[in-house]
Amino acid sequence: MDWFLDAETTAHKLALMVFAIVLFAAVMALILFAVDKPKKVPAWVVAAGFCGPALLLVAIGLVYPALRTVVDSFRSPDLSSFVGLDNYSAIFTTNGLQQVLGNTVLWVVLVPLISTGFGLVYAYVVDRTRFENFAKTLIFLPLAISGVAAGLIWKFVYEYRPDQPGIEQIGLLNQLLVWVGLEPQQWILNQPWNTFFIIAVMIWINAGFAMTVLSASIKAIPDDMVEAARLDGVSGVQMFVYVTIPAIRPALVVVLTTVAISTLKVFDIVFVMTGGNFGTSVVANEFYRQSFVQANQGLGAALAVLLFVLVIPIIVYNIRQMRLAEEVR
Amino acid sequence: MSTTADPTDVEAQTQEKTFKGPRKLTRAEQRAVDAKQRLSSPAASYVALAVALLWTVPTLGLLVTSVRTSRDVQADGWWNAFVRPLFTGFNYQQALDGGLAEGFLNSFIITIPAVIIPITIALLAAYAFAWIPFPGRDFLFVAVFALQVVPIQVTLIPLLQMYVNIGINGSFWPVWLSHTMFGLPLAIFLLHNFMKDVPASLVEAARVDGAGHVTIFFKVLLPLLVPAIAAFFVFQFLWVWNDLLVALVFANNESAPLTAKVADLAGTRGNAWYLLASGAFIAMVVPVAVFLGLQRFFVRGLLAGSVKG
Repeated sequence: MDWFLDAETTAHKLALMVFAIVLFAAVMALILFAVDKPKKVPAWVVAAGFCGPALLLVAIGLVYPALRTVVDSFRSPDLSSFVGLDNYSAIFTTNGLQQVLGNTVLWVVLVPLISTGFGLVYAYVVDRTRFENFAKTLIFLPLAISGVAAGLIWKFVYEYRPDQPGIEQIGLLNQLLVWVGLEPQQWILNQPWNTFFIIAVMIWINAGFAMTVLSASIKAIPDDMVEAARLDGVSGVQMFVYVTIPAIRPALVVVLTTVAISTLKVFDIVFVMTGGNFGTSVVANEFYRQSFVQANQGLGAALAVLLFVLVIPIIVYNIRQMRLAEEVR
Repeated sequence: MSTTADPTDVEAQTQEKTFKGPRKLTRAEQRAVDAKQRLSSPAASYVALAVALLWTVPTLGLLVTSVRTSRDVQADGWWNAFVRPLFTGFNYQQALDGGLAEGFLNSFIITIPAVIIPITIALLAAYAFAWIPFPGRDFLFVAVFALQVVPIQVTLIPLLQMYVNIGINGSFWPVWLSHTMFGLPLAIFLLHNFMKDVPASLVEAARVDGAGHVTIFFKVLLPLLVPAIAAFFVFQFLWVWNDLLVALVFANNESAPLTAKVADLAGTRGNAWYLLASGAFIAMVVPVAVFLGLQRFFVRGLLAGSVKG
């Protein structure tokens, strides 16, 4: 049994990985073989063979744990007794946690708006220019890297050295300040502005996503529409406001809501840059801290449920907008 | 025709319009004309390029730092490397020896099954939802679709307890299982969308020829779905490779992937920028390569659904 659990050497780990894949392939082959007798097996058995594994895994891995967490959110730190709504009232009344909520609101408002705004303008400007593909790849690239790497890249930009003779700044932002004759700042320590500098990292990542989706929908605008507007003699800015934006409205909604949801769940950036200290924590990070560092699982569960509840109105808005768009069509 | 230009000669005018007048341009030609117009004003090109380069400066800074000597990194900013170039691979050596080599291996060990398994399971389920009629199908599909909105945070504590109870916590198994379960709703949704686009006549024809569902799945649909699979492959690969939360909760020191090791390094040696810089780039090299190689599939997947967060 230990062989399957404690892999320490490289060869052992590789062997374990191959074993897992082969085991999985064997199980799937067995299921498919069992249902592959079209005449003898009833249709629902075949259906169960095909989607049973997925439904089972989703039930065990998502549905059951989510329900358990909802129940746990009414329990004490070690989950031994029920405490009613104490965890929820703690979230809304404790000073530290109120700040966490305030930060989360800042994130969820600023990141989608600024990244979408930037992505939209950039997609419009870069459209059909000479370096379009190269420029878009550069803007898009941060989406491919982890929050850990992105957090480090920006932590280094914000790096601070005491302002003393003989000590050079190594962070780019502070060096820029020094070059123009200002004093270097502790960007990610000084409250309340530090939160904004961490938010900038998430914008840096998501602008590329917004740009890509919006660029595709700008290119999909019918040429007749653009041509007609041009014949009417609209200027570039008018074209952008009265033709481009209305035409890509559905894509704008999708981008805004998608970015808002991923922003709500952001954890790794904050974890790497400040660990949630200096008043920069957000709900997803606080969830981790309460659940796994402070061992307050009841409060952690309540924070997770709060995250879930916050996602729902965004989704509802998204679906309603999609319906509206379909009705127009 | 030009010499007998008579305003009342309607026929000649119509002819001129039909044959000599400016022909209505096709879409492609119109685009080409537009492109030329845009290119003739290079301002937009250069503004766009400048912004894109500016966007890359923070990454460039860390990249340059990762190949400077640790003494130089401590002494002054990375931009000095351009006037006083002195480069070394020593930082990478140090970072790899300090545990990141193991993390690199673990990232692969985690990612390969955590990508293959959900894609396979989701393909089968998407096939059932698209092509096998059974009672409750639409309800189940909508339910799976809706599960995309469940934040994984909601599931972590009960899952952890489950893994502890069966005694597999800290090994690779909970990490593989969790990534599989978390990836399924989006995978099923995306692949189902692509599967629905396959013409029904194709599936019907195979069915008339006496093919069962398994045969239809492997012989008819799978070959057509390669781009869709590639699209989700990139998603899931980047998601698993870049994940920190699942790794922190379920992996132990021996199975921790790169992200967890680099995050740990950032916590314990927060000022050792020569190490952190090379560590960050060791963590970035594989996803960036995958991303650049499969970019067009990634974009297609992005446009077909939304991304998981």
